Amino acid sequence: MARRSKIPATKYPVERFTLDNGLRVVLTPDRSAPVVGVAVVYDVGIRSEPEGRTGFAHLFEHLMFQGSENLEKLAHFRHVQGSGGTFNGSTHLDYTDYFEVLPAGALERALFLEADRMRGPRLTEENLLNQIDVVKEEIRVNVLNRPYGGFPWLKLPPVMFSTFANSHDGYGSFGDLDSATVEDAVAFFDRYYASGNATLAVAGDFDVAEASAMIQRHFGDVPARPAPPLPDFDEPGPEAERRDVYTDRLAPLPGVASAWRVPDPIAAFDDYLPYVVLAEVLTDGEASRLVERLVQRDRSVTSIGGYIGFMGDEFQVRNPTALLLQAHMPPGGDAEKVLRTVDEELERLVHDGLAPGELERTQARIATHLLRDTDAVLGRALPMAVLELQRGRPELLNELPKLVGEVTEAQIVTAAAALRPDRRATVEVLPGAAQ
Amino acid sequence: MTNKTLPDLVPDAKIKLPRQAERSLPGGLTVIAIRRPAVPLVELRLRVPFSKAPLPRATLLSQALFTGTGAMSSVDIAAELQAVGGGLSAGLDPDRLLITGNALASGLDRVLEILATVLTDPAYPNAEVGTERDRLVDHINVALSQPAHIARTALLKRVYGSHPYAVQTPEPEQVRAVRPAQLRKLHADRVRPDGAVLVLVGDINPEKAIDAAEKALGSWTGPGRDETVPEAPPLEPGPLLLVDRPGSVQSSLRMALPALPRTDPRYAALQLANMIFGGYFSSRWVENLREDKGYTYGPHTAIEHYLAGSTLMVAAEVATEVTGPSLLETLYELGRIASLPPGEDELEQARRYVLGTLRLGMSTQAGLAGLASMYASFGLRLEHLREHSAALATATLDQVAEVAAQFLAPSQAVTVVLGDAEKVEAPLAALTQVVRGTA
Repeated sequence: MARRSKIPATKYPVERFTLDNGLRVVLTPDRSAPVVGVAVVYDVGIRSEPEGRTGFAHLFEHLMFQGSENLEKLAHFRHVQGSGGTFNGSTHLDYTDYFEVLPAGALERALFLEADRMRGPRLTEENLLNQIDVVKEEIRVNVLNRPYGGFPWLKLPPVMFSTFANSHDGYGSFGDLDSATVEDAVAFFDRYYASGNATLAVAGDFDVAEASAMIQRHFGDVPARPAPPLPDFDEPGPEAERRDVYTDRLAPLPGVASAWRVPDPIAAFDDYLPYVVLAEVLTDGEASRLVERLVQRDRSVTSIGGYIGFMGDEFQVRNPTALLLQAHMPPGGDAEKVLRTVDEELERLVHDGLAPGELERTQARIATHLLRDTDAVLGRALPMAVLELQRGRPELLNELPKLVGEVTEAQIVTAAAALRPDRRATVEVLPGAAQ
Repeated sequence: MTNKTLPDLVPDAKIKLPRQAERSLPGGLTVIAIRRPAVPLVELRLRVPFSKAPLPRATLLSQALFTGTGAMSSVDIAAELQAVGGGLSAGLDPDRLLITGNALASGLDRVLEILATVLTDPAYPNAEVGTERDRLVDHINVALSQPAHIARTALLKRVYGSHPYAVQTPEPEQVRAVRPAQLRKLHADRVRPDGAVLVLVGDINPEKAIDAAEKALGSWTGPGRDETVPEAPPLEPGPLLLVDRPGSVQSSLRMALPALPRTDPRYAALQLANMIFGGYFSSRWVENLREDKGYTYGPHTAIEHYLAGSTLMVAAEVATEVTGPSLLETLYELGRIASLPPGEDELEQARRYVLGTLRLGMSTQAGLAGLASMYASFGLRLEHLREHSAALATATLDQVAEVAAQFLAPSQAVTVVLGDAEKVEAPLAALTQVVRGTA
């Protein structure tokens, strides 16, 4: 067995400060390419949506692009792209992000654009109705009109969780979307889109003093508003196995996904990290345990994946969250048999431990994935903004490859032992389009 | 309310190309190595000419390439790669077999050794090939249930007719009939270094990386097969092809328009015309169809380049009930850009976008590797970025208007709609002639 390569680290510098209005700022300069990434993250996501307003956090994200104090509708897009840049935003369970990647000379323009909408988006009836239509098309293209839409990220939470916050559909029902009002949007902005509830991160080719002055210039006069109290969404985990099954009329093949609760990703980070490694031991590549067994040996699944967080954002999610396994099966596949084999493989891992070199090679591959993500300015700006928001530790991004490399076999075994059938939530998708 | 003005842009510095080296090995392989040391990794891309290889076999070969060698099993290969933080995978397009990978920079030599073994001593073990064959069949069956795939399949057939590009995914039963011995033969026949290009990008010394590649891949030899694909046929506009998908809540609207290859002197102007029409968010078509009408979420257009021809592809998923109006707006925007010159401000905005995103694209190891490999497959090098940027910077309004009139005219479009025919046929037929067909 080959010896593992030494795990290298990045040394991106990290500067942090807080403006008088409470906005937390992270600067991480790196002049290796003439580009910058700007990310603004607000501490509100799908879990904070009120009942009767499923999908509202995401709908509101769309409204943040519809004009602001000094910007007409369409102006944001045109200014970013007309500067040679790209933009987007995304809504997660615990946060909502907005970002731009641009040639370095457009940094101040991006800061201006983000500050302008932090002061206030133009929330109008016309824009609301337009974006409700756009969001419905987004849901149709990603969920309703394709096979396996929402599997498992929308299908598994209602099986695993009991509270509305944790279990509801984050894309939203068409009924809830249609009943959203401008007043709802104004209230949502007032409560959650406060300078004290946000972080700003800038990565890439800039001078720290110049960028700091620009940030003061553009964000300094954003009115100070405090963060609302951070909700605790914790709930007891399953005490007995939970199951659900549904038919997808477009799916040609059966599938199954299971999830197990994991320790608090922030408060119990040291206990949580082994699960991140375990997911890869089980499913990363042809030499991983479950791929070798289920795909190669038994041929009981055609593909299997494992990850943490329903949206795959393992270092950017709060408690409660889960380790997920999802598999697609050949025609006539038997989910029960797949789950039994998973249990068997987990027991074998707990009983016999890891093979020589197995942990080391998995850690090396995780390091490559982590380092590769940080090569892009946005792969630094976005996670650092979230790490600042959730942990006050943006520099954790530099430390992750090393920390992953320090996870021990004993910790992996302990984590695997916790993935018992009676703690599991499972959803099975039946092929409604099987020939 | 505060009154603020938009900050000016600081002009871009000249494009700075990274340090690089290139060498042709005696076996015919070209190796290009590029230094970007930002993270301690290396990216790898290998393109091998594969035109006209029989599609079912070629597709399964790409899926089964790493199933084993004389001395290593598929698990050995994956584990040995992982040990240096590495991974390799293969894919296929109508012109090339493409191997993609990355690893810790310290693992480059080992990855090249393993790659060389896979290329020169493949086993295609019966059991593993059987597994990959079943997986590929399942994968194709899932693709056949996806509207984007069905619509593309129908469009390619309509665009390319009897040309080899017309079919890019094999039928499940064709794949089932492929035998491991046929893969061994196809590999021996076509996975050859002649005409292949290996690109390495990362925290490497370019000369030393090429030395390592030469050492590892020196034993990869053998004559390539000259398989020139005939030029793609010109588009033949005709009635809109409607493919029925009963119960579909959206319609997949697709159009193909003629285009120019990257090396054509008018290509920069066409790229800008496409941007103004529909190639980015701030284009006329996207602003109209999405931000004004709310008919769709992610409409997009792009110029697709193959060795034997280039095509401008237009794609949107629109709500079933606005399928007719969506075609109307699309025809309107195509007609507008083909008939009237765009505004100066529209051109400048599109120009800055294309020039800026070129820089973004070369700001990572993976971006540089993809760009250098893609360019190389068209006989171009990274230096082409400079020439292309200059062409983009100097394209005039007249030039853009001229290519728009020639290439974006709706009368030249080949159009396919996949949707609930019972609901969308009449609204579409109000705008253009419609024929029913299959994917």
